[in-house]
Amino acid sequence: MTGTVLVALAVFAASAVEMVEALTIVLAAGLTRGWRSALEGAAAALACLVVVVAVFGPALIHYVPINVLRVVIGSLLLVLGLQWLRKAILRASGYKPKHDEDAIYRREVERLSNLPHAGSGRDAIGFAISFKGVLLEGMEVVMIVLTLGLSSGHLLVASLAALAAVVGVSGVGIAVSRQLREVPENAMKLAVGLMLVSFGSFWGGEGAGVRWPGSDLFLLVLLAGYVAVTWIAVRLLSRAAPAGPVGAVG
Amino acid sequence: MSRWPRAVAAFGYEFVVGETPELAIGVALLIVAAWALARSRSPIGFWFIPGAVTLLLVLSLWRGTAQARK
Repeated sequence: MTGTVLVALAVFAASAVEMVEALTIVLAAGLTRGWRSALEGAAAALACLVVVVAVFGPALIHYVPINVLRVVIGSLLLVLGLQWLRKAILRASGYKPKHDEDAIYRREVERLSNLPHAGSGRDAIGFAISFKGVLLEGMEVVMIVLTLGLSSGHLLVASLAALAAVVGVSGVGIAVSRQLREVPENAMKLAVGLMLVSFGSFWGGEGAGVRWPGSDLFLLVLLAGYVAVTWIAVRLLSRAAPAGPVGAVG
Repeated sequence: MSRWPRAVAAFGYEFVVGETPELAIGVALLIVAAWALARSRSPIGFWFIPGAVTLLLVLSLWRGTAQARK
């Protein structure tokens, strides 16, 4: 039960973060190149992502032994989770600038406005930009849905949590339109990173033969431990952070 | 190599390794070490992974802050 709830929360939060990034691109494409092409591009990419989950999910469950799956998936979750956590800690402590969706949106609008239009009907550039944006951001969600869903045995729960995030973020995104900066993206990225690292440690270890005390409940111990490490890291790094902004937004 | 497999391989490399090769290599090593420890029925078993993950995160953050200062 603990594992299922954490899986749903992790997938929902990860999907929401990626959806905000995809939505920035779709909004920019829609406003500059026409909504029809942008929405068709986004829908086509979503359809591709659903097909990937539907094809690879059941195939992996049936043909790959569970312990092999857990080691591979646990390792992938650990790498992905540590990447997210590292980035979020560096941003929270001032070593990396925060991801500014409004700045990215303005840049995309300016870039797309300068490209020539096809005239009436479908706009190939709008379709392609929207399709590519949703597909690339969505692939990370697909990886998280497949890895968390397969390891926990709750592929359906993971898929539904991702779908809920897609619908929820799209609705909120359209409502707030150009105020994507308000989304607490770094806090969400930090939370997802913590959950991915906890799940990765748990399943990677289980697949390798580690027996966790208290079984599934040990996930909470891992999560609490990593939260403490992250808190200490942010506090220590914030004290030593450079005064001005560092690096590029992204 | 044709365009599609090359693009998929590049995407996979960027996705798993990207700008943090130390994390990809470190995780691979720690999973192998955890497997070896579990097979040898070592008593350090369950705290090895969280300890190694924490160490890996600290090392990667140290590298990240050093790059940011440059």
